[in-house]
Amino acid sequence: MNHTASKQFLNKALLAGAFKQSFLKLNPAAMILNPVMFTVWVGTVVMGGVCIWIAGGADGQGSLTYNLVITLLLFITLLFANFAEAIAEARGKAQANSLRKTREDTPAKLILPVGEMYVNEVIVVPASKLKKGDIFICETDDIIPADGEIVEGLATIDESAITGESAPVIREAGGDKSSVTGGTKVLSDTIKVKVTSEPGESFLDKMIALVEGASRQKTPNEIALTILLAGFTLVFIIVTVTLKSFADYAHTPITIAAFIALFVCLIPTTIGGLLSAIGIAGMNRALKANVITKSGKAVETAGDIDVLLLDKTGTITIGNRKATQFYPATHVDPDYFKQLVVMSSVSDQTPEGKSIIELAALDTVMLQINNPRFIPFTAETRCSGIDVGDMRIRKGAADAIRKICENAGNTFPEDVHTIVQSISSKGGTPLVVTENEKVMGVIELQDIIKTGIKERFERLRKMGIKTVMVTGDNPLTARFIAEKAGVDDFIAEAKPEDKMNYIKIEQASGRLVAMMGDGTNDAPALAQADVGVAMNSGTQAAKEAGNMVDLDNDPTKLIEVVEIGKQLLMTRGTLTTFSIANDVAKYFAIVPALFITYIPALQGMNIMHLHSPQSAILSAVIFNAIIIPLLIPLALRGVAYKPIGASALLRRNLLIYGLGGIIVPFVGIKIIDIIVANFI
Amino acid sequence: MQMSTEMYGIIAMFMITVLLAIPLGRYMGKLFSGNSTWLDPIFNPIDQLIYRISGVDPNIEMSWKQHLKVLLSINFIWFVLAMLVLTNMAHLPLNPDHNPSMSADLAFNTAVSFISNTNLQHYSGETGMSYLGQLVLMLFQFISAGCGMAICIVVFKAMKEGTTNTPLGNYYYYFVRSCTRVLLPIAFIMAVLFLLNGMPMTFKGKDTITTLQGDTVQVSRGPVAAFVAIKQLGTNGGGFFGPNSAHPFENPNYFTNMIETIAIALLPIALIFTMGYMLKRKKLAWLIVGVMTVGFILLLAPTLVMETAGNPAIAKMGIEQNLGNMEGKELRLGAAASAYWGIVTTVTSNGSVNAMHDSFMPLAGMCTMLGMMVNAFYGGIGVGFLNFYIFMILAVFISGLMVGRTPELMGKKIEAKEMKIAMIIALIHPFLILSGTAISAYLYAHHPAEYAGWLSNPGFHGFSEMLYEFTSASANNGSEFAGLGANTPWWNIADGIVMLLSRYLPIIGPVAIAGLLAQKKYIPESAGTLKTDTVTFGLMVMAVIVIVAALSFFPSLALGPVAEYFSFH
Repeated sequence: MNHTASKQFLNKALLAGAFKQSFLKLNPAAMILNPVMFTVWVGTVVMGGVCIWIAGGADGQGSLTYNLVITLLLFITLLFANFAEAIAEARGKAQANSLRKTREDTPAKLILPVGEMYVNEVIVVPASKLKKGDIFICETDDIIPADGEIVEGLATIDESAITGESAPVIREAGGDKSSVTGGTKVLSDTIKVKVTSEPGESFLDKMIALVEGASRQKTPNEIALTILLAGFTLVFIIVTVTLKSFADYAHTPITIAAFIALFVCLIPTTIGGLLSAIGIAGMNRALKANVITKSGKAVETAGDIDVLLLDKTGTITIGNRKATQFYPATHVDPDYFKQLVVMSSVSDQTPEGKSIIELAALDTVMLQINNPRFIPFTAETRCSGIDVGDMRIRKGAADAIRKICENAGNTFPEDVHTIVQSISSKGGTPLVVTENEKVMGVIELQDIIKTGIKERFERLRKMGIKTVMVTGDNPLTARFIAEKAGVDDFIAEAKPEDKMNYIKIEQASGRLVAMMGDGTNDAPALAQADVGVAMNSGTQAAKEAGNMVDLDNDPTKLIEVVEIGKQLLMTRGTLTTFSIANDVAKYFAIVPALFITYIPALQGMNIMHLHSPQSAILSAVIFNAIIIPLLIPLALRGVAYKPIGASALLRRNLLIYGLGGIIVPFVGIKIIDIIVANFI
Repeated sequence: MQMSTEMYGIIAMFMITVLLAIPLGRYMGKLFSGNSTWLDPIFNPIDQLIYRISGVDPNIEMSWKQHLKVLLSINFIWFVLAMLVLTNMAHLPLNPDHNPSMSADLAFNTAVSFISNTNLQHYSGETGMSYLGQLVLMLFQFISAGCGMAICIVVFKAMKEGTTNTPLGNYYYYFVRSCTRVLLPIAFIMAVLFLLNGMPMTFKGKDTITTLQGDTVQVSRGPVAAFVAIKQLGTNGGGFFGPNSAHPFENPNYFTNMIETIAIALLPIALIFTMGYMLKRKKLAWLIVGVMTVGFILLLAPTLVMETAGNPAIAKMGIEQNLGNMEGKELRLGAAASAYWGIVTTVTSNGSVNAMHDSFMPLAGMCTMLGMMVNAFYGGIGVGFLNFYIFMILAVFISGLMVGRTPELMGKKIEAKEMKIAMIIALIHPFLILSGTAISAYLYAHHPAEYAGWLSNPGFHGFSEMLYEFTSASANNGSEFAGLGANTPWWNIADGIVMLLSRYLPIIGPVAIAGLLAQKKYIPESAGTLKTDTVTFGLMVMAVIVIVAALSFFPSLALGPVAEYFSFH
């Protein structure tokens, strides 16, 4: 995978843009969406007022400089929080833009059904002028100007601009590989393509809009977390406000600056400031893995997935099965059987068919095939073949062939049945060959399981995810491969509706299901699944139905998507814990500072031995502000997910972010205090 | 030697409490699951009679809203009745000592106090209450405990795993069974034991005795044994006499003191085991009891140390205190048993006392306050678990995120709506305590002359007295720091409102959450699911309790007991 955008992650322009954005985001209408930071905003405004009041001659509020410094620190806290969000947005946009840029001004050869001079006149327009439903033509070496579906023709296409994969792919009209993506390049042949989206409404455009503030909606979990944080904020409003009359009772006047500093330090500003950045970064990570998400919710849901439906071919096994052995039936001459086998496969363009010819190693020209009539494979007959003269050769699944034989009044030989059974039990696929409805022998096809896939399933199992292999193979073969690859369950002889039913059954028992698909007949299942990842090469219907699109067309991508989802939730959880755990130290810094001038006995609570009340308050506020930018990299990168079981993971994160959250501010505030003490 | 005997005494009390709670919890589990128990032949006819008289059908399934409606209406009717009796008892029978009726504000405070299981008393039983009044209050001690137990069973039912639209049963059924089959029989046994140890049980008025010096003294008495039994058992704590269980008639000797102490935490702990039985989650029950016990011990240990060590100010004068800090304590009970009672009564929302918390050492006093501020280490009958449930929701939410799953509790997803309710409930307690104390502190600070009668000890200790009062009211505890002149309209009405809000909202909230979760789709457990019955999760709940419940009171405690402590040393 080549992550084209990665070079520009932290360049100067990006930082400058984010810097500017952090000021623009100070607009209260935008701030109010984040209740925690909005209260900081209000606090800053109040402190501004206090500074003016002091400048006008007010007494008992501390020096003007001290108040100005506090105001400035609060302002910087706000900027840091805004900057976190802005940098996440900017990175997302940069990534998406780099994917989009290539196609903006690509010339498009638009076909006008009724042109100025001809019917089907071709004119060249900029890609941005293409509308949904327009048809354009692409010839060799053209850059495809927009996302669309091939309506006519076949072409080899270089998709490396999007996927980073340099091997060309074939896309053709009809079938499941009819989609082309803007920005990719036609290497050979000519295709006519129908535009599938209005300008500015492609998946990529939608994703960019999602990253930008305006159309970004909070996900359900983000809303629940915001409520929790708002609740904590309210608690500390109560704590701070009631403290005023407690102090009156104890005859210890407290300055407004100290009240606001206490409040701002106690509320969870760290997570409050980073919350939206974490959400955006989740989508960015998906995009970095070349997955376009249609909503932030989909990424979040991915973390909860319980069941993963994976197609066998391409995901669990390498591409296609290969013929490994021929088994002629008793009394059939092996060489004659080989001929039959080759004849049955001459017209078979599938990789299996080609592998049969390869294995037989006969010269097809030697065989005399006159006026052949090819019988293509269909889902109903589940066999294919050739008619030469009065010779009818068929090749297909055992049960399909058995039906043909028995319909013709012939028996299905017991020895062939045994061979079929033994091939299946070894995980191979038996193809039975007949001549004139008589069984002649069996071809063995074997699957080759991808290396490393077993470990990935093991990892998924530790994450608590059940893997299900979907295959057209018979149950015996399916079981063998399932066991060999280490999947938990399989759907054998799968028809599209089987996937759908499986998903529905799992969902009815409360599980969340993810699947990947490309074909039009996958669309209903993709829509039904909680996370449906459509391959970019798939049909438009599939892409519309799913809630993510994988630009790499890589079936193992689901595993990555799940981890991205988990990372997103974990980052939120750990930073919340960290933020709240920080309060312990902040209490011990600020509370004694509020009172010791008037109640010297409380010096005993100053366990950090901070220099003075003012330096203690300043240190706490400074720590509170700088912890935000220090944690931005973690928020953007996400907390690493380790599949070690939920309890162990909780223990680990509680230790790092909970205990760490208690200790770090004690150390941090003390260090800052030592520095600050030099200035006052 | 003296000290270690006292320690054995409290260890025995704790062990007996837990050992009794386990079988009792199982018995209650059977009772509320509708399984048969060996007491059925006795109680079935009684229950049937009650259902027939009141015209309720105990077999109708209720939604969580209907459960709450029944609970609130039962409570409202009894509240009105209590107001009528308390404001008119001078003219009503069973008043041999001719005690007067209550003022409206004191009656409001008292009625709310008993119906809400708080039993804060701004009157003294000897002079402020007729026997009829005492009987009504005794009835309330059954009703409020029964209501709490029954609503807690509803939440247990709602937590049942593996079902969507979990049925919640019938409130009347739970309520009647709580009263007739749990509270009544145990209270009866306790009352008999009390009688045998010399506690009075009579409707006769004051007795007159002649002391050795030849003076005659009027001694109040009454139906004390029955009253004290349910007072201790039902996490009520409202004493028959002013000094509560420090009074020799309410707590004659160390043996009765043991029974009373054991009874305080018995039902709150047993109810957790009931949950374990009903949900078939024994491990979870033990974990919850474990977390509660750790919290309890964290409060108990410093209290014991400080109370048995004695007062440093007295030590400075060169006076030996090998009995510990005995100010405000009963010699027959000793410092350790009083400290133990002090903590167990405040963590459970019981609120009865056998010593004056006002005279505890500052940080020991703080521990009694923290017990009430958390209000979930065992907690009141039923409501203690409901409070703990809220902390569990918050802990599950944060820790669920930390393991990379949207949070779920017992197979049900926790979303925005549940979080909103949980957060409001978590907020109510600090809000009521802090705002009540703040208004009082403000009034006192700005009008010291007008409110001078409130505080017998101004300064840090006076602040603790006010803070304690609102904490006790909001925790539905009912114990008092003493030293506070609380029978004034401000304290009567403010406390009354606080008690009402802090009783019913923390019942409505958790029941609503449990009801909403019960309707949700059940998600089966997988390896990625956060398990709630692990020590790690227990630690997480503890952390949430410390941060949410305890830390919000940090500044106020700093100005009260902590400041007092440091000015001692």
